[in-house]
Amino acid sequence: MTESMTGLLYALGSLGAFALCAGIVLAIAQKVFHIEGDPMIDNIDALLPQTQCGQCGYPGCKPYATAVAGAQADVNHCVPGGERTMLQIAALMGVEPKELEEEASAPMLAFVREDECIGCTLCIKACPVDAIIGAPKQYHTVIGDHCTGCTLCVEPCPVDCIDMLVKPELIEHWAWPLPDTKRSQLGHERREQHAGHA
Amino acid sequence: MPAMLRTLARKMGLMAHSFSGGIHPDMHKLSAASAIEDVGISPVLILPMKQHIGSPCSPLVSVGDKVLRGQKIAKSEGYLSVPVHASTSGRVVKIEEHAIAHPSGMGMPSIFIEADGDDLADESLEPLTDWRNVDPTVLRERARMCGLAGLGGAVFPTFIKLVQDKRFPIETVILNGIECEPYLTNDHRLMVEKASDILDGMAIIMHMVGSSSGIIAIEDNKADAAEAMQEALDTKEGMDGVQVKVLPTRYPQGSEKQLIYSLTGREVPAGKLPMHIGVICQNVGTTKALRDAVMLGRPLTERIVTVSGDALPNPANLRVRLGTPIRSLFARQGLEDFSNIQVIHGGPMMGERLRHPDIPVVKSTSGTLALSQNAMQSAHTVESPCIRCGHCSEVCPASLVPNLLADFCRSDQFDKAEDYKLFDCIECGSCSYVCPSNIPLVHYFRYGKGQIALGRREQAFAEASRQRSEGRDERLAQEEAAKAARRSKVRKTHAPKPAAEPETNTLTSATDNTPAATAKPEEKS
Amino acid sequence: MTEFALILLSAVLVNNYVLTKFLGICPFLGTSSKVETAIGMSFAVMFVMTLASTASWLVQQYVLIPLELQYLQTIFFILIIASLVQLIEMMIHKTSPVLYQALGIFLPLITTNCAVLGVAILNVQQEQTFLTSALYGGGAAIGFALVLILFAGIRERIDVSPVPAAFKGSPLALITAGMMSLAFMGFSGLVKV
Repeated sequence: MTESMTGLLYALGSLGAFALCAGIVLAIAQKVFHIEGDPMIDNIDALLPQTQCGQCGYPGCKPYATAVAGAQADVNHCVPGGERTMLQIAALMGVEPKELEEEASAPMLAFVREDECIGCTLCIKACPVDAIIGAPKQYHTVIGDHCTGCTLCVEPCPVDCIDMLVKPELIEHWAWPLPDTKRSQLGHERREQHAGHA
Repeated sequence: MPAMLRTLARKMGLMAHSFSGGIHPDMHKLSAASAIEDVGISPVLILPMKQHIGSPCSPLVSVGDKVLRGQKIAKSEGYLSVPVHASTSGRVVKIEEHAIAHPSGMGMPSIFIEADGDDLADESLEPLTDWRNVDPTVLRERARMCGLAGLGGAVFPTFIKLVQDKRFPIETVILNGIECEPYLTNDHRLMVEKASDILDGMAIIMHMVGSSSGIIAIEDNKADAAEAMQEALDTKEGMDGVQVKVLPTRYPQGSEKQLIYSLTGREVPAGKLPMHIGVICQNVGTTKALRDAVMLGRPLTERIVTVSGDALPNPANLRVRLGTPIRSLFARQGLEDFSNIQVIHGGPMMGERLRHPDIPVVKSTSGTLALSQNAMQSAHTVESPCIRCGHCSEVCPASLVPNLLADFCRSDQFDKAEDYKLFDCIECGSCSYVCPSNIPLVHYFRYGKGQIALGRREQAFAEASRQRSEGRDERLAQEEAAKAARRSKVRKTHAPKPAAEPETNTLTSATDNTPAATAKPEEKS
Repeated sequence: MTEFALILLSAVLVNNYVLTKFLGICPFLGTSSKVETAIGMSFAVMFVMTLASTASWLVQQYVLIPLELQYLQTIFFILIIASLVQLIEMMIHKTSPVLYQALGIFLPLITTNCAVLGVAILNVQQEQTFLTSALYGGGAAIGFALVLILFAGIRERIDVSPVPAAFKGSPLALITAGMMSLAFMGFSGLVKV
């Protein structure tokens, strides 16, 4: 009777002591390897096109990245990023790729019709990337090289003088398409499957 | 197996160094024996604003202006660029977009000149006959002003290579007379007919880079050119360090890095220029053009063009003014009807397929070919699976693994493709040529390179946008803070009268002290 | 010295835990779609396996046998492994969040990786010394890493190759694993320990 009691005590004691040691080690490790915030946010943010357009339902790219990293948003909400961005984020997060909800339109540029502009500066305030220049009571104009085509300046304009134009294609930026063979298309389909694996 | 044996033989010193891989296509040098003919001046000349690698030029003339031959009509924008000159005298009739030899089929702003037939030359540039006593930097500026770009087909601005850099002294000047593309014979004929002029140009290059030894490289299928160059070399004075070297014919020996390896046994590292290993390589046509620019004061307004192909009745080598429509050259050689004919700009291995022959001759037009449909490998639209024969790896002159690279490009795994050195590919087309499954390998590589460039551009734009957006957020936050601070001060100044007097004093002192100012609302609340 | 070399060789090639003993198959199949992920997993398993086999030997010799508590072997060993996994998880999360994300569920699953517990228990059963059990643990881990990275390399190539629709994905992965196992059979008889 006493022998089995001591056996039981030994078992419980040694197991408890060992668990306690392991617990202490892990507690120290937690202090050493402590991380501030979620490092995935910056990784996701780096994949986003930074148009700051808000089409994802978040006020900008960084807030959307934060939501995706926290698994509060799906990976398929970035409209201008299109399929490529969606696949990249899905691969990074290790989740299944999802169908895009909206097709991305061709890259756009905002253009201010200067004779109609009244110089109210409302569009300047709306532009998330400071791509519109001008001063009160002066014509405003869009810096084409900086415009992300987010359309956020169109709404606030009281005289509707901002047009969204399709970005002109430059010969220097032209890229070869895939070869026109059946097999090349097959390979292309496999790409999505691949992204799904990752 | 042959590749392995070759490597082994080279390691044991049994074989002279020669670049790895390469192929032996049928050379079809139909026009090798026809002397260079002058085609005269076309009634309208079309000069695109970019005929070189680098940034495009902007026009200096407007519609209605009179221009002279050799007059600068477009100035270069940026360092990697050379100006464009009028190739005959006449009047500018319009400046608008016109088709050029580009796979996209897109146009390029071009200046249209109506020739007046007098062909008056602009003689503002002094001939520098005594160039041996002229400073190399002056000659370099002359090469830039005269619009020289590599006439072998790559059209890299010539002046950039012709530089003396203390860190990279040039030991050897290589004159590239290889012309390894099938059909093309323009360099061949130029060497046979203008050997002495080419040597003058070579002497100028050697003076400019401060080198005393040179190699004239010619393939063994152009024995008459080698003879002519050797003969001219024997009679020229002060060119003792120069020798003619005849190499066994193999494609793509004319590619710069491959040629340098064949001649010197030294490899140009990836991402580096030949000058970094003490070598400079110039095409024979460019060398002749440099001689004309220096010794005659003549800008680049004409070049030799091989017009050939199995569908052309009379293949020929023509001296053509830049801007001449290619259609007129074909018409001169007896081809009017272009149905069932593929027109190629450049050689058959690396050239562009044209949608129509209505494009002008530019600085890169080494030749233009009319090939019948069955001469073209029409089977390339039916791609079969890769059978892993390894033939493409054997012939790759850059020692890459083409089948794997194509697989990565096809499935958009571009980072992997880059790991396998996609950007070391020179797009010579040897792999596509030997592929038994008709896989358009080079096309896949071009697709991959284009997509990678696109991705990088998008990334750079996104990064710039992010910085602007973050800067804006920061600015807004600052403005907000400043506004809050001001508001609190205003409230304090309008606070109960007795306190107003002393408060205003602290206000002026606190304006440049934001932390103190922002702290005030807290006191209030 | 030869003995140690033979133990290592036999643990890596002849008695490869994955391909001849069929232990640790789930991370072998689950984390082998990319070479980078496979390398990360390999290092995690190497860390856990080597330390777990030595630590469990120590516990066995100096705690369980003196106190006659051999019946608590499994629970003790799992405690050791679980702590080590927790530790490596923190380290990876800190050093490479992308790898952490890519490994996903397979990282905590090292705890129940049969190869890890297998090595620890087999060491005890075979009555190895401290040094040989450490070698066995290290060798088994290297063997696991070797086949995992090889397999990931093969799968990457397969991924871009034209494959009949019926074989795409897991079927071909399993066939490949089978063929690798066949190839590793060739090592049997190489070493007799």
